Amino acid sequence: MGTAVRAKTAPAWHRRRVRIYDREAPLGYLLLAPTLVVLGIFLLYPFLFGIWLSVTDSELGNLGSFIGLDNFRFEWRNTDGVFYTAVVNTFLYTGITTVFKLSLGLIMALLLNQAFPFRRFVRAALLLPYIIPTVLSYEAWRWMFDPTFSVINWLLVNTHLAPYPGPNWLGVPFNAMAALMIVNVWRGTPFYAIAFLAGMQVIPVDLYEAARVDGATRWQQFTNITVPMLRPVLLVVLLLSTILTFADFQGPFVLTNGAPYNSTQLLSIWAYQWGIPGGAISLGAAISLVLFPLLTLVVAGVLFLLRRPE
Amino acid sequence: MASVTYEHVTKKFSTDTTAVDDLSLEIRDTEFMVLVGPSGCGKSTALRMLAGLEDITAGEIKIDDQVVNEMPPRDRDVAMVFQSYALYPHMSVFDNMGFGLKMRGSTRSEITSRVKEAGRILRLDQLLARKPRQLSGGQRQRVAVGRAIVRQPRVFLLDEPLSNLDAMLRVQTRIELQKMHQRLGTTFIYVTHDQVEAMTMGDRIAVMKDGVLQQVAPPREIYDQPVNMYVAGFIGSPRMNFLPVTISDHKAKASGLELNLPKAPGVEHGVLGIRPEHFLPNVSDADAAIDLKVEVLEVLGSDQYLYGKVGSDDLIVRVDPQLKVDIGDRVRLGLDMQRLHLFDAGTEKALF
Repeated sequence: MGTAVRAKTAPAWHRRRVRIYDREAPLGYLLLAPTLVVLGIFLLYPFLFGIWLSVTDSELGNLGSFIGLDNFRFEWRNTDGVFYTAVVNTFLYTGITTVFKLSLGLIMALLLNQAFPFRRFVRAALLLPYIIPTVLSYEAWRWMFDPTFSVINWLLVNTHLAPYPGPNWLGVPFNAMAALMIVNVWRGTPFYAIAFLAGMQVIPVDLYEAARVDGATRWQQFTNITVPMLRPVLLVVLLLSTILTFADFQGPFVLTNGAPYNSTQLLSIWAYQWGIPGGAISLGAAISLVLFPLLTLVVAGVLFLLRRPE
Repeated sequence: MASVTYEHVTKKFSTDTTAVDDLSLEIRDTEFMVLVGPSGCGKSTALRMLAGLEDITAGEIKIDDQVVNEMPPRDRDVAMVFQSYALYPHMSVFDNMGFGLKMRGSTRSEITSRVKEAGRILRLDQLLARKPRQLSGGQRQRVAVGRAIVRQPRVFLLDEPLSNLDAMLRVQTRIELQKMHQRLGTTFIYVTHDQVEAMTMGDRIAVMKDGVLQQVAPPREIYDQPVNMYVAGFIGSPRMNFLPVTISDHKAKASGLELNLPKAPGVEHGVLGIRPEHFLPNVSDADAAIDLKVEVLEVLGSDQYLYGKVGSDDLIVRVDPQLKVDIGDRVRLGLDMQRLHLFDAGTEKALF
């Protein structure tokens, strides 16, 4: 009614605009268009281009010709001897860090959900690992894991928890993998904690009161109310985090870049090393495409685990 | 089954907000006690302290003869129905009702039989597998009640359990709750802001205002002998008419009437209280009569209310619905001297 009245008195250009705004379908597409363009340019095009690259023999600066599935066959037969290590490492890296991020994030959220002084400040500070530019914080971690100048080792040695000179963090395969995971957990936990905290704060207080009157202990309240009520948040966070960790690049790249002896090689790093420094962009594309069906499987698995029990 | 005693119970949320102020109240075994008052009067806080959901600042609460101040809710053996129902959204009706028993470690078969029994009483037997979101408001309310009765607690606490229901369902559920109380023979403590619920359900009513208990009495006594103007105005609908009067000896004089009081109250300024339903259609005693100038008419079928003025004072009167009245008419009505109340204008306390 308001628009109809306004249209009579409005100038011509304004009247036309009002008419467009009033019809839902064209307006809907109009509003959708910018998003579709952006997604098309930055997601769909690179994705399709990546698929095309993977079935060619392109090199950097030289678009090659179609060679079918040769690139995939190359990796499938483990020609470079690293591919399967990278696959296993990627699964370990994702699986182990996710377990830690999930449980630490939940504990952190539970603690932050209590009343204590400077609560707002602490909650904000929690996001710091997320705010610091990643390369900066990963460089700091690399320094902390440095064989000579490691502040971690200085602490370990001086508190007599480890003999001098302390563990060789990035030089030994097992330690290096652990170091990668520690850094990933450090950076990823706040995301879980904040998401869980947000989820916990919308759980009605009534439910806890009802449970208390019903005789539930704190632990029973946690398992019977908090956890089931967090389920939707848990699902989304786990899904997002799994995808991001599976394709994680920056941390492992800065810290080890696959070293020592390709023992911490991940699919993302391995794809990069073939594709950019190695120049075989088509092989790199093929390796990163391997992530796609694997990731789909992992995501399907997560969704299956968290399906509604009905 | 248990009695509940509040002994000088005070609850302060901070140094300057007192929710409940020195409440002393004894609730007898199997009694249906209603705490009534406007929002913010402390009635819910009083109930929550009994449930163990709020700390007690001062005083003692006893269930039977045991002081429960420091006892955690789980050990008090009370069940509560919340205004929001507080049903666990992720659990079925069955699991909601059985939750309390499960937490207490009852066996599966015992839980099943007791939940089924409660489901039958509350006509929820067909709905036990549903989730709360698949239920109507009335069904949810019954689940909340069911969750309480399954536990077979010593005391039932009900915090405005009907306020989320529509008017029809509210009346129906009110009656069902009364039947439930008779059937279970357990102590019920019921909090409401609705004086009709209080009047219809309570064995006794405790009227609260600003954290202070005003009067505890059976419904009829609260209605007939309110201790102060607040209780007199709160109980009864439409509310009691209050006419300021100046008194000299036996005579009370308002702007539009003069009457002889049955005895000299000994104050100069009083407030005359008379309920809308306590006017007489036929004037026999010339001293106690008013001329009402009718301004608004409300015909409800069973009743007719006249809103008008006597002198400069507003008055509401209930009359026979058959009485033919028009707006602007002057209607002559008698006052039922037996039902007249007089309050001290200063202290607002009832004089008679």
